[in-house]
Amino acid sequence: MSFLARLFYKYRRIAKALKLFLIIAGPGIIVMVADNDAGGITTYTATGSKFGYGLIWFLVLLGPIAYIVQEMTVRLGAVTKRGHAEAIFDAFGPFWGWFSLIDLGLVDWLTLITEFIGMTAALSIFHVPPLATVIGVSILMGIMVMQGRYWTWEKMVLLFCALNLIYIPAAFLVHPSVSNIFNQGIVPHLPGGFNNETFFFLMANIGTTIAPWMVFFQQSSVVDKRLQEKDIPWERVDTAVGALFTVVVAVFCVIVTGTLLSGVPVESAAQAAQMLRPINNYVGTFLAIGLFDAGLLGAVCISLTTSWAFGEVFGWAHSLNYKAKEAPWFYGAYFFAIISAATVVLIPGSPLVLITLFVQVMAVTLLPAALVFLLLLLNNEELMGKYKNTKFQNIVGFSIVIGIVILSTMYSVGVLFPKLLG
Amino acid sequence: MGQIFKEPPGKMIGEFLRSRFYTIRQINKKYAIPRIKTTRIVRVSLFMLRIYLLIMVVILIYKFTTLVI
Repeated sequence: MSFLARLFYKYRRIAKALKLFLIIAGPGIIVMVADNDAGGITTYTATGSKFGYGLIWFLVLLGPIAYIVQEMTVRLGAVTKRGHAEAIFDAFGPFWGWFSLIDLGLVDWLTLITEFIGMTAALSIFHVPPLATVIGVSILMGIMVMQGRYWTWEKMVLLFCALNLIYIPAAFLVHPSVSNIFNQGIVPHLPGGFNNETFFFLMANIGTTIAPWMVFFQQSSVVDKRLQEKDIPWERVDTAVGALFTVVVAVFCVIVTGTLLSGVPVESAAQAAQMLRPINNYVGTFLAIGLFDAGLLGAVCISLTTSWAFGEVFGWAHSLNYKAKEAPWFYGAYFFAIISAATVVLIPGSPLVLITLFVQVMAVTLLPAALVFLLLLLNNEELMGKYKNTKFQNIVGFSIVIGIVILSTMYSVGVLFPKLLG
Repeated sequence: MGQIFKEPPGKMIGEFLRSRFYTIRQINKKYAIPRIKTTRIVRVSLFMLRIYLLIMVVILIYKFTTLVI
């Protein structure tokens, strides 16, 4: 009897904990899965086709780094109850505030264009015309936010996050050799040695895993969800689960192209999906669906990031818990970003390659600034109290930031001057 | 034909821009004094960040002017 009572007690405790987790979970999983956006999927498919399984270890390594950065935004949001844009204005003054806000707005808008490029390319594989894709996606994105409840929006987005796991069955369908994956992918090494091309692939993978908009998004979403200091442990679990998801999706994506397209030059995920369809129709179709889903998730989160940030600074009502008529500027900014980005994609002869290049450089410019502000804010005792960074968190945090600043600068210079790095 | 606008469009645009600039001035005023304590590490970090951004801007301007010319 006492054994049964103990078992029941244990079951109740686990069920209660799980229920609590399911209530709090959301921002962490969403930001991490949305991080695998259209550009991310393109990078993973190209990495797999170029290096086979050789860089899987690097993707695994990026998971904890992304977690460490995002965990800091959780604490900052839960303690200050402010978004990242407002926190920068408040702590560092108007110069740094406007710099961050304008740079974020520009990077987000340009990234949004690349998400639409990804979505139209994915659906064109199923013969859906770009105009229909753009209109359909804009309506869907409108429906997702217009119901006036953060909770409903979050659950809808989590469904799309689940669809992102489509790369797992795709990887099983290609029957990869598990021993090859472990032999070639788990031990850290650089296939073909360190050269300019490998460096670019490493940096592209870092850029898709840690992006400036993620810092702004998760902090605003923690605030919009009204999470408190007591929720921080659960939100940490949420972020860790999200980091695991993002790594799993990236690794399985690499396995798909690493198995079937190894050595074949791939320029985009849509091109990879098209190449895969004659080999295995299901795998090609899954890749295209995954690409569309990744673009949609990225587009939803990125446009919301901009609306939240501008709402915080300009003092507009800026919550998904408001109806459109209660927060017209917030929703207006959201739709303006979507419609303008979608229009650019539809203009014949738009400089899409130049836009992609510009996105990379602008994101790299904003990332060190966002990370430095994050670390300085997390060390402010007056602001963070007992939730400020510990010595260990600072050592890890500063090491990551310094590493990213050096690598990003080299990457940025390399993108602009390809011949300079050899 | 009935009057569409209560005021001339030029005046309305001017009014709109004035109100936007007013909002920006108010934001600058609200956040004029940075709240963070300017310790040595904060000063050094912000200085390094300015240098970094200056370099990036110079590189960008150089690249795009050479691209255009």
